[in-house]
Amino acid sequence: MADGGSVDGKGIGARVLRKEDARHLAGKGKFTSDFKRPGQKEMAFVRASVAHAHIKSIVKPAGYEHAIFTSEDLPGLKPMRALSKLPGYKLSDYPALAAGKVRFAGEPVAVCVADSRADAEDIAQMVEVEYDILPAVTDMLAAKKPDAPLVHDEWEDNIVFETFSDDDFQKIADEATVVIRREYRMNRQAMNPMEGKAVFAEWDDRQDQLMMWTSTQVPHLIRNGLAEFLDLEQRQVRVIAPDVGGGFGCKALLQPEELVAGYLTRKLECPIRWIEDRREHLVTGANCREHHYQITLHATPDGRMLGLDCDVTVDAGAYSVYPFTNGLEGAMAHGNLPGPYNFKAYKCRTQTTVTNKPGLMPYRGVARPGVCFAMEMTIDALAREIGMEAHEIRMKNMVPESAMPFMSIAKKHFDSGNYAKSVEMAVDMIGLEKVRASQGVPTDDGRIIGVGMGSYVEQTAHGTSVFSSWGVAMVPGYEQATVRLTPDGGLELRIGVQSHGQGMETSMAQMACEVLGIDPDNVMVTHGDTGLTPYSTGTYASRSMVMAGGATARACRVLAERMEIIGAHLMQCERTEVSIAGGKVVSGKGEVSFAEIGRVWYLNPDELPEDVDQGGVEVTMGYRPEPDSGAFTYASHACKISLDVETGKVKVLDYVIVEDCGTIVNPMIVEGQTFGGATQGIGTALLEESLYDEMGNPGASTFADYMMPSATDAPMYRVDHMESPSPFTEYGIKGMGEGGTIPTPAAIGNAINDALKQIGAEVMETPFTPRRVRAAIEAARDRKEGEAA
Amino acid sequence: MKPAKFEHQRMASLDEAVKALGNAEGETRVLGGGQSLGPMMNLRLAQPDVVLDLSKVEGLDGIEETGNAIRVGARVSHARIEDGEVPGKTGDYMQFVATGISYRSVRNRGTIGGSVAHADPSADWPSALLALGGSVTAAGGNGIRTISLDGFTVGPFSTGLGWDEILTGFELPVLGTDANWGYYKVNRKPGEFADAIGAVTLGVEARAVCGATESAPFRVTEIEERLASGVQEVSIAEVRDILDRYDAGFDDYELQIHAVALSRAVQGAFA
Repeated sequence: MADGGSVDGKGIGARVLRKEDARHLAGKGKFTSDFKRPGQKEMAFVRASVAHAHIKSIVKPAGYEHAIFTSEDLPGLKPMRALSKLPGYKLSDYPALAAGKVRFAGEPVAVCVADSRADAEDIAQMVEVEYDILPAVTDMLAAKKPDAPLVHDEWEDNIVFETFSDDDFQKIADEATVVIRREYRMNRQAMNPMEGKAVFAEWDDRQDQLMMWTSTQVPHLIRNGLAEFLDLEQRQVRVIAPDVGGGFGCKALLQPEELVAGYLTRKLECPIRWIEDRREHLVTGANCREHHYQITLHATPDGRMLGLDCDVTVDAGAYSVYPFTNGLEGAMAHGNLPGPYNFKAYKCRTQTTVTNKPGLMPYRGVARPGVCFAMEMTIDALAREIGMEAHEIRMKNMVPESAMPFMSIAKKHFDSGNYAKSVEMAVDMIGLEKVRASQGVPTDDGRIIGVGMGSYVEQTAHGTSVFSSWGVAMVPGYEQATVRLTPDGGLELRIGVQSHGQGMETSMAQMACEVLGIDPDNVMVTHGDTGLTPYSTGTYASRSMVMAGGATARACRVLAERMEIIGAHLMQCERTEVSIAGGKVVSGKGEVSFAEIGRVWYLNPDELPEDVDQGGVEVTMGYRPEPDSGAFTYASHACKISLDVETGKVKVLDYVIVEDCGTIVNPMIVEGQTFGGATQGIGTALLEESLYDEMGNPGASTFADYMMPSATDAPMYRVDHMESPSPFTEYGIKGMGEGGTIPTPAAIGNAINDALKQIGAEVMETPFTPRRVRAAIEAARDRKEGEAA
Repeated sequence: MKPAKFEHQRMASLDEAVKALGNAEGETRVLGGGQSLGPMMNLRLAQPDVVLDLSKVEGLDGIEETGNAIRVGARVSHARIEDGEVPGKTGDYMQFVATGISYRSVRNRGTIGGSVAHADPSADWPSALLALGGSVTAAGGNGIRTISLDGFTVGPFSTGLGWDEILTGFELPVLGTDANWGYYKVNRKPGEFADAIGAVTLGVEARAVCGATESAPFRVTEIEERLASGVQEVSIAEVRDILDRYDAGFDDYELQIHAVALSRAVQGAFA
């Protein structure tokens, strides 16, 4: 019997161990690649070996024609088309299998089907594709030039869309006597969840329905996409995300492979499976982060930042991804560049260009690691210029707590927080004074020390109005949750978001515990199944705890009221005399367990009161914060690094994080998310880079070439929390899943430039590889020699 | 990422393996621990018709000291070397090298013979053993022969082994208890392949190697002469000047890190 019992201290704020860990630690999780069915076939893709070409011919080897499919063999399969209402936005089609032209190396050209993956790869190897090779455009700045090759022939240029906002800089001209100009570049990366993409498709004749198990963050959106592009009715599609080993954004989008699997399972009348391998992932998934900044900061000699003027270029790759488009990064860069600072003037132009590389996807932090990098590096450049500590500039210019809620110059509605306090705490934790004292002492191993920091404010759980303003066709609305009391007093909780490492089976159960006092162990959380859960746009934008958590709280409250009516009747007392506590309905006369309530509703309804709610003990409620402009998490990260001047190699010696995500539901989950995010940020800062040659051939297709951060690269993070509840959300919760990635490149870059200050060198391009650091040092020395001569 | 079809033959003895290699039709590869050949086959960069698996062949996994030499079998894993099974000063040096190879699960399976026969320019053993000196033993159709480690690595993925020969082990010098050695690897992360290697031993002779080049590692005689004359420090700038005279195809950064590696290897030898 699932007796709730007394569960003090397992609700909001408790360090509850993750329920899902039990199965994962025992290797008993069930992922898409664990599904097996009699007669299943495996897919392997023939992928473009060149970045930009017309396909002249595809020759299938004799005897294997039945096992190979090109776009011509799949009539009725529509190309993906992601709509956007952004003014001037140019639409493009993304065919699941290349039709006529390939636009990036790795693009699927044909699919081969066989009993095993190895057999399918054998067939794929025999397929001969003849290309008419075109010049490739691989650089976002080169893509803007008038003579650049066109990625999409029907466009007049390679610019997807632009945003522009101007301001009157004359109003600050008299005061802003210090002008800092910099150029920054954040290079392309591949986000690397432990589990790659994976799909298992099967047509269910009984239901007349496509069943698709797929490694996704957004099962309901995948259903929308499958129905639209496979031309099925929505009732004919059910999507289930089983255990998913991380996503980081690349699984928040419809994949070409999902469409092909869905098509072929019906055509071939057998289950179809595709498990992405890491090489496919590193080549086709090299799709994030790539930004360029030309930034000018106008300030006063005493460190007041008055105006910001920036040209941002975003490299969107070849295709626009469904449903979020390739417009998100540019729009978000524009709106987030000024960060937590109170500027008087802001001018920004963003241009998003297409190139012959995989289509840009939103990666954990979306655009903000780039803008934070550009903004925070510029602040430190200002600090060096005027001889001030950079943290003092930050604190001086941040929107103060007393001004909250506050509409920023980029029209972000900050809800709550003491931004400057996070800076002060981080400076204290990293021991800035001590580091400064140690910097004067030369080390005997040729290493120099630097300290740097990065601060950010992050819009999370933003809702309808925000996504609508970005022009995307798929806008989140009210999030819903369903709760159902079981006959033995347990609780089933169904949510449309998807947990792929966030621990939501635990944190959502904690939310139910907070309202009902039920032990989280007695709450079964079902997620990631379009057949069982309410519609949701899914897990992205650090939204799930705020949105689905808020909906859970509301559903639990209504359930509580209904249980109180039954409980009051069973105790023969007035409704006003009872309340819910510790997983029971209690009154002065005694108590009734949830199990007793369940028994009466399901098994002995003859004992129910007349005024019982006929909806019973199952409730669906919707929720959206009001206003839905987002809950703003913020943090300051500070780090100490050592830099080997002779090799250019950087080591992170110490790393501290002060973060404020409002009310914390489970501190262990918050810390785990933060550490994981920061480690990915170290990847951006020091290691990860998807390289291309001028023909668009990828240069990093294995982990021998693509450096991932691992345990040896992660410092022992030290974290401190602040808690400024959002006035607009249930329990004041703010989203926090992405934030850890955002300020890390800036913090490490600033620490490097702090160390290099004595040499007069500066790095401005991620990752800060030993080669780039050495180049910066050499350039500074050459400059000095030039000046001396 | 599945290998193309191939025939896997598990060899019961060295004789059988040599015979099989001599008689093989089509491309034949010898499998040691499989930590390089395995991934290359999975990536289909290598598509052998036949793989001769030495994992059950006895007599290739010994480590023994025979007076003035240490014999190390080809199938000795990096992990056993890391765990200190090779005796004496030579063992100390090799232990240090082994500890920096990839991560433990790779070291458990990867073998020293496989690494040297594979001759990846970025791998540790071809450079480290060249700096130690000694020889390779190989078995082939014409019997057993000994090949000097000097010049054994010819270029990337290319060695002095004949097409019908199997690398069976190494005869390595015993470094005296007072012998100095230094090994410095420049790489992006712990365990990663090297971007530059500097290796120095001062046994009977002074040997200094510049490794992890585009091609084969090479001895740097100017440094060896200095070491032999008692010099205990060579600055990065000096090594740069020396290496610049070799036709190693380095760009400025590569020249710099190879100079750093060798300078620090010397420094490490006398630390």
